[in-house]
Amino acid sequence: MKRRDFMKNALVFVSGASISASALEFIDPKKVLADNPDLRWAFLVDTHKCVGCGFCVKACKTENDIPMGANVTRTWVERYVTKKDGKTVSDSPKGALNGFTNKKIDQNHSGMLEVPDEDIAQAFFVPKLCNHCEIPACVQVCPVGATYSTKDGVVLVDRKWCIGCGYCIMGCPYGVRFFHPTEHVADKCTFCYHRISKGGNTACAQACPFEARRIGNLRDPNDPVAKAVLNQRVGILRDEYGTKPQVYYLGLNKEVH
Amino acid sequence: MVEQVAQMVVHGEAWTMKDLFVLPNEYVYWSIQIVLYPYMTGLVAGAFVLSSLYHVFGVEKLKEIARFALVFSFALLPTAMMPLMLHLQQPLRGIHVMMTPHFTSAISAFGIVFMTYACIVGAEIWFVYRKFIVESIERLGSKAKRSAIESLLLPIYKLISLGARDISPEAIHADHKATKILAGIGIPVACFLHGYAGFIFGSVKANALWMTPLMPVIFIMSAVVSGIALCIISYAIFMELRKWAARRGKNWLLPDALVHGEMTVSEKQLREVQEHEVTMTSKYLLMFMVLAITLELLDIIFRGYTAVKSWDILRDVIYEHDFVKIFVLQYGIGNALPFLMLLIPGITTRRACLACIFVLFGVLMMRWNVVIGGQAFSLTFKGFMHYTLPIIPHDIETFKEGLGGCLLVGSAPFVIFYFINMIFPAFYSEEEEAH
Ligand code: SF4
Ligand code: SF4
Repeated sequence: MKRRDFMKNALVFVSGASISASALEFIDPKKVLADNPDLRWAFLVDTHKCVGCGFCVKACKTENDIPMGANVTRTWVERYVTKKDGKTVSDSPKGALNGFTNKKIDQNHSGMLEVPDEDIAQAFFVPKLCNHCEIPACVQVCPVGATYSTKDGVVLVDRKWCIGCGYCIMGCPYGVRFFHPTEHVADKCTFCYHRISKGGNTACAQACPFEARRIGNLRDPNDPVAKAVLNQRVGILRDEYGTKPQVYYLGLNKEVH
Repeated sequence: MVEQVAQMVVHGEAWTMKDLFVLPNEYVYWSIQIVLYPYMTGLVAGAFVLSSLYHVFGVEKLKEIARFALVFSFALLPTAMMPLMLHLQQPLRGIHVMMTPHFTSAISAFGIVFMTYACIVGAEIWFVYRKFIVESIERLGSKAKRSAIESLLLPIYKLISLGARDISPEAIHADHKATKILAGIGIPVACFLHGYAGFIFGSVKANALWMTPLMPVIFIMSAVVSGIALCIISYAIFMELRKWAARRGKNWLLPDALVHGEMTVSEKQLREVQEHEVTMTSKYLLMFMVLAITLELLDIIFRGYTAVKSWDILRDVIYEHDFVKIFVLQYGIGNALPFLMLLIPGITTRRACLACIFVLFGVLMMRWNVVIGGQAFSLTFKGFMHYTLPIIPHDIETFKEGLGGCLLVGSAPFVIFYFINMIFPAFYSEEEEAH
């Protein structure tokens, strides 16, 4: 091959390759759908306001088709009772699907624990859900990329691609994941992505009678959630794992993690 | 406000019992098949390392068992995949791991590492047996009347000879060289394959028991130990079987004799070979056991000494809930006892085999204590989960992840070995061929 021909061929090849590369870029669905630098979803839980009614759990199960009779849930509420001797007992029967209607603490196999009123120093409720971590452990460990982060900060599972290995369930430090009882793939909270990306509210926040739960956009300085995260003393769960969770808590106690 | 709703059993609920404060979604998701997965890969890797001791380091005394270990390792190979497939919720999608590997995940490289390893073992067997393959083609081809199996095997041999039918001394010499190189590459790959199984657990930062950089090394050592132990037992048992079958003329128990009739050797010869190989190999077993136990103890001591936040719950699990499983079954029966048995001088085949059974059991318990033990406590550090192996299956799930699935995986290598042995007779020796 003559040198000039070679140059010519190389030129054709390179330009051809770059055209196809740019074509690919053009249809990258992630970009088209969610490349929005002005949007970063985050969640604010005000534990002072939660009364443990469990409306959020019910609403979530209904909205997201998680069977009521299955003992798994995308969101749940925990109860913490600190006694005057400094010990804390906690429970979350059925994830508080039916609310906390019993004073006794459900210790699973060890039965129901009764704490007399006069022994109680403080008691409170803490709602939990997927933290949509900025550095999600679940995304890191998924062997097929079925769990992924969207550009606007939500972590989702592709139900058509998940092989059901359970590695993400093991990898999540918050225990928010489970196998969907009928779909047989990994499942967890999506921040109701189908609703919020159309301007709606999450089912749990909508169901909460006391505004203990709120979804918001961290990049919008006027957003109430963004304001609270910036101006108030918020905490996050288990920061020692380095996952940078994006669910912020007002009134977090040291027992909660 | 409590409504009556149809109850639905979710994955893991059938064999998990929760105690104290456990999160609603927590169950023992990784059950018996994930115990078996590192166990089986460990056996594959260990068997291969044993065979390489002869091929690479020229430990002449291990010649016979090395050949057997190589073929056996090949038979174990497909069964290392089985537990994973039985464990997946979507087994048909297993291939996605190869299609869209997500390389930040420890599991994603499994396909690649596993295939590389399979190729190495396959190629090594091919070089070791090439002369035999060519000779078999000639022998079977020249036969006027072939039995059904023989006429089935002839085309198989022709195919796997890949047309390389040169058995001049130079060609054979080249084969030996290739074998040595492959075995040499194979050792690090085998260690990688298994160390990587350890990494799958060691890298889960959410799990206080699993997360340690020692995990891959611990896994490699115990893998070599279990692989060698299994080879010793199987070798001895197969030898016994062969002796017995040779006496009685039960040819169906000698798959290689079925095809290569003249291969059955005298009983005396078999006995000598067996005694010698088994006692030799147990010396190597002892060596690797020391390494394995040291590492495991180091891990526990280190955890106790540094006593980070999770130590409170780990201590409960290690010293209370799983005490019997860890200290009695794993360290006592699985390590200390066989260690002494192998150490006492004047070792016999029988004693070595008994010790190896304990060793195998010990390594299985170690996998159990890691996989199940790692899920024995809640992420809250304030609750426990107890696992019971489903014995009698009442649906497909409790079969797959119960005793049934266990036995299926455990018996598969022997079935595969039976058939592979027809093609690559594991008990054939070259001297025999010479006269
Ligand atoms: S909370 Fe768990 S499931 Fe949710 S993003 Fe973080 S690691 Fe993933
Ligand atoms: S269960 Fe599904 S989403 Fe989770 S790691 Fe496995 S393939 Fe990925």
